[in-house]
Amino acid sequence: MGSRASRLLREEEIEEIKKETGFSHSQITRLYSRFTSLDKGENGTLSREDFQRIPELAINPLGDRIINAFFPEGEDQVNFRGFMRTLAHFRPIEDNEKNKNPSATEPLNSRTNKLLFAFRLYDLDRDDKISRDELLQVLRMMVGVNISDEQLGSIADRTIQEADTNGDSCISFNEFIKASFVVNIHICTVVFSFLS
Amino acid sequence: MATLWRFTLFLCMLLMACGGLSLASQEAETRNTQTETGTGSSSNTTGGGGHEAAPITTLPIVTWKWHHISVQYLVALWVLVCWLCKLIIEANHNVTNYIPESALLICSGFILGGMIWGADKMQTFSLSPTVFFYFLLPQIILDSGYHMPNKLFFTNLGAILVHAVIGTCWNAASLGLSLWGCHMGGAMGDLDIGLLQYLLFGSLMAAVDPVAVLAVFDQVHVNEVLFIIVFGESLLNDGVTVVLFNVFDAFVSLGGGRINAAEIVKGIVSFFVVAFGGSLVGIAFGILIALLTRCTKNIQIIEPGFIFVMGYLSYLTAEMLSLSAILSTTFCGVLCQKYVRANMDESSVQTVKYAMKVFANGSETIIFVFLGISAIDKVIWVWNTGFILLTLLFIFVYRFIGVFFLQWILNRYRLVPIELIDMVIMSYGGLRGAVAYGLAVLLDENKIKEKNLMICTTLIVVYFTVILQGITMKPLVMWLKVKRAEVTEVSLLEKMTNKMFNHTLVAIEDISGQIGDNYFRSKWRHFEEKWMTPLLMKPSARKKQDEVFDVFHQLNLKDAMEYVTEGERSGSLEFVRNDSAILDFKKKLESEYTEVIPDIPPYMINNHGAMFTMGRDPIPSVSLEMHEQTMKAMREAEAVNAHHLLDQHLYKSRKQYRHGFSRSDFKINRDEKEVQEIFQRTMRNRLESFKSAKMGVSPPKTIVKHSKKEQQEKIPNGKSMSKTKLCHSGDEDFEFSEGDSASGYDSSYPSFSMRATYRPGGGIENPAFVPDLYPTDLLQIPPWLAESEPDSSMVAPSLRAQANLPNSPMEMRRMGLLRTSTRSTDTKQMNNDQFPPPPTPPPPPSGHM
Repeated sequence: MGSRASRLLREEEIEEIKKETGFSHSQITRLYSRFTSLDKGENGTLSREDFQRIPELAINPLGDRIINAFFPEGEDQVNFRGFMRTLAHFRPIEDNEKNKNPSATEPLNSRTNKLLFAFRLYDLDRDDKISRDELLQVLRMMVGVNISDEQLGSIADRTIQEADTNGDSCISFNEFIKASFVVNIHICTVVFSFLS
Repeated sequence: MATLWRFTLFLCMLLMACGGLSLASQEAETRNTQTETGTGSSSNTTGGGGHEAAPITTLPIVTWKWHHISVQYLVALWVLVCWLCKLIIEANHNVTNYIPESALLICSGFILGGMIWGADKMQTFSLSPTVFFYFLLPQIILDSGYHMPNKLFFTNLGAILVHAVIGTCWNAASLGLSLWGCHMGGAMGDLDIGLLQYLLFGSLMAAVDPVAVLAVFDQVHVNEVLFIIVFGESLLNDGVTVVLFNVFDAFVSLGGGRINAAEIVKGIVSFFVVAFGGSLVGIAFGILIALLTRCTKNIQIIEPGFIFVMGYLSYLTAEMLSLSAILSTTFCGVLCQKYVRANMDESSVQTVKYAMKVFANGSETIIFVFLGISAIDKVIWVWNTGFILLTLLFIFVYRFIGVFFLQWILNRYRLVPIELIDMVIMSYGGLRGAVAYGLAVLLDENKIKEKNLMICTTLIVVYFTVILQGITMKPLVMWLKVKRAEVTEVSLLEKMTNKMFNHTLVAIEDISGQIGDNYFRSKWRHFEEKWMTPLLMKPSARKKQDEVFDVFHQLNLKDAMEYVTEGERSGSLEFVRNDSAILDFKKKLESEYTEVIPDIPPYMINNHGAMFTMGRDPIPSVSLEMHEQTMKAMREAEAVNAHHLLDQHLYKSRKQYRHGFSRSDFKINRDEKEVQEIFQRTMRNRLESFKSAKMGVSPPKTIVKHSKKEQQEKIPNGKSMSKTKLCHSGDEDFEFSEGDSASGYDSSYPSFSMRATYRPGGGIENPAFVPDLYPTDLLQIPPWLAESEPDSSMVAPSLRAQANLPNSPMEMRRMGLLRTSTRSTDTKQMNNDQFPPPPTPPPPPSGHM
């Protein structure tokens, strides 16, 4: 399977992806074969439906939001490059990589970018602020049915109160980063070891 | 303080004198050191019997019957003395800040031992192995098993096992061989110890001691991963130690010439038998406990006792079968904790918790004091500089080498590698303790000529590690800036984001088609859901948990909120005011919630109310220190409360398990229900988005928002409104969720008896009847569909969608199984079975059908 996939993927393309995302060669080929098996339309891109067909995502409370995160704004197809770019957010943070080229642009798997990914999951209207409404929606998605709206509201209020430093009752990305100081960034990494 | 000291000293003197003298007179001829507790009982009771037999001449009104009760009396007095030592030590906070309590206890043991020595000119009391292994150790092990943070333990099980098994073997072998080498080299003069004896000695010195580790690490507060690895290692390496000790003991008896390959193979086999056998015994007893607590409803008073008795029996049973008793008790505790907490009454759970702590802490104290007392005995002190110093050196050095090497290998497989500093602490935390001493005393003097040297060396090693390393541990941790246990409370946003990341991760794993490392865990969970939980947990436990705790946590949260605001407003005087506030609140709550949920037993509310007032300390405290402590405790409690609600209700991602640090909360598996809820929600959303796509409003990022708005318009016609109960206030913002919640309730009726009480007269349903109930449940149209009906002119779910919607738990279960078995290649096929295809009226999306 891996060999078939790599034949479809040109070497230079792999190299580019490698440079951009930091995935290893074998990881890329493995993920490419996964990509093609998801791609039921066989046109080299994935649509929302392709993602929605993954049964596990239907039982993930954030499934659809995460699917959306794969798609650039306003588009409803994602190609392999984009697919890999999103996945690259979840690679473990590597110290040596940072040291290698401090001047280069921040790698996709940096702490900030990981947090940005999460932030985008909250921030539906992409105004770079999490409003109370947006927070509530996410909360509602993530909690069980037997918690009252009143309570959720108070949780949301409290959350914003905790994080909001400039008093606009919204959480900006800066505030988000500050508040997420303790967020265990290590848990936001997928072990792609199975691929290597 | 000084008076207290003097008083205690006096008391101790008195005690020593009377105890020691009486024993000396009675047992001087036996001159063995087995007296501390029950061990001396045989001779004592016979002696007592003899006294009683004396003919009486007249009716005595009062007689002096010391011999009747001497043993029991001494035991009780010793316990008292040991605890008094602890009391005195703990009274000096400024000392315990620098020196760990265990070291201080040993030192007070020295003093007590000196007093006995002064009175008796010999050591009448010392820690005998029988007392230690059968009366002092079990409760400590049971406690640590029962309060084990399960998730943490099992996630690090690999590392723990490697350290416990390989590390211990390495320690034993390297110490034994090196000492032997040095002996051969002539470093210790004339000693009658052979290679096998050295190895035997090595094996008893190898094990890190759970009691010592717990005592020291408890006070240092290192980060939890580090703690669990060291502590888990110390618990699990017992199996290895026991085997190594037995094997080498047997080898020593056999003599060097008779050891062949077969014997060695037997030794290796016995390791597996001892370790796994012990664990199995523990698991069996854990299940027994869970089953027992299922039916102890009518004898609530002695309910907690079962845990202790069964735990002790698991220890004894394993010991009887010559399996690892420590492993047995550990696993017994680990296994039963969850079910016990769910099955038993809240007050019983609390009782178990406290009683466990009393026993464990109490016997820990006794152990350390007696370790100190045992030292003051001329008989055992055989000095051999080379042997003792080399042992110390080797233990220290090889521990470092072993830990670093093993961890270096392990780090290659760890997502979050253990840092170098942590490794230093891990090595440094290799404390030896009473287990080693107990084993050393067990050595047979006939076979090992230098037994006393070994005991003496063991004691020195114990003192060195517990006292010196214990004292230096804290500064070292500070100095190296080891990551401490996170005391900062996580903010709500962090909590949410963490959770979010977990969900995201699972999703990404699914998208990239990998079997996560949680594969086995989810398998285990399915097994547990299917077999263990129904079997071991009483149905009412789940029910109770779900509602009462709900209310309880709601209450907690509100209370905490009130507290915060009021506390902020009124500064430090809030305790006075708050007391009345609580009472008000309690009343309010009672009136509010008892109406809504007639089910909730009034005593629960009262209990909780009482708990609040208790925890709240209504009396304004005079002492500033006290006050601050209370404040701090309050703040913690409040943070816990506020976060509890989230904890309780956030969907678990498949990867996340909360570990059991929090004692008061029992978690129940609601996963299946959750899965169902989420699934229906997702499906609805997708339907909505199809609809919206058809209507031409298609910005994908607003799917959820959009669906919400639609929902709001729709709700008034929907049937589900009437079905929402309890705390759903119908806040406008949340119409969206109303439907969901209703669907969650209804469709989960048949299998989740915990929901049963929401339906008046519903009663508890037997899961066995699920198939029968299913059709009726279908008639009761899932609100999911019911809600879509008003829109059916526009968009109607296809028949197939209706048929396929897994609103029966059976299907959901199937679905759940598929979730774990479905791999990347066969998703397509599965999908056609699993997913309701998009509604028929809008054109099907490309390539889906």
